[in-house]
Amino acid sequence: MSVTKKFVYINRKAPYGTVYALESLEVVLIGAAFEQEVQLVFVDDGVYQLTKGQSTQGIGMKNFSKTYAALGDYDVNQIYVDEQSLKDRGLTMDDLQELTYEDEDDDWAEKSSMQLVNREQLAALIGDADVLLNF
Amino acid sequence: MKFAIQINEGPFTHQAADTAYQFTKAALENGHEIFRVFFYHDGVNNGTMYGVPPVDDRNVQAIWSELAEKHDLDLVVCVAAAQRRGIMDEDEAKRHGKGAANIAPKFRISGLGQLIEAGIQADRLLVFGD
Repeated sequence: MSVTKKFVYINRKAPYGTVYALESLEVVLIGAAFEQEVQLVFVDDGVYQLTKGQSTQGIGMKNFSKTYAALGDYDVNQIYVDEQSLKDRGLTMDDLQELTYEDEDDDWAEKSSMQLVNREQLAALIGDADVLLNF
Repeated sequence: MKFAIQINEGPFTHQAADTAYQFTKAALENGHEIFRVFFYHDGVNNGTMYGVPPVDDRNVQAIWSELAEKHDLDLVVCVAAAQRRGIMDEDEAKRHGKGAANIAPKFRISGLGQLIEAGIQADRLLVFGD
């Protein structure tokens, strides 16, 4: 399978309440083995997926928030967060987990995988996708 | 054109599987190729053989089986999503100690890699449902 496509995953929903966030992450992790270009976008309530200090004890749901930290090890290191969505919810990047990866082209230096984007950049990113998966 | 279809919602509550069915049927009738139909999230519930809707309504599960029979479609149910929701073939049912399989004819259970492969191989991947 020599074709390389750009897979863009749009995460729009809160981590709990529906299964979409969890099952999106499962696709991303499996898909990472296919050596395609992968970009993750967090927009709308999807930004809550990355918030720090999640606790699900009171709601009986599985807390899968720590799994996002493993994305860097799967070479998933292009993670885009919609600035407006954070702002609308009174959040900043400080409220989110810092997702990082080790750059093999730079002596395995640890670098941030996350980037804030505005709506214009988001539109360009989506326009550039070959395969768009919306969760 | 070579299409791949992803269905994310179960039958009846949402119309997504019906719309996907209409699209798939029309695409085939117009000479296009359907590389694969992949059922994810609650979409896996389209793969049960035990749906018995009233006779004056469409049977969403059965029409997929019939369409697949006619056009030799590859209907794939995601294994992880299916296990959570109790959709099983003979092997899965045996492995998990369940009484009987319930997967509908012409559906098969496989992994998420099948979805990624469909995205790579098809000219367009169309997603139906939330």
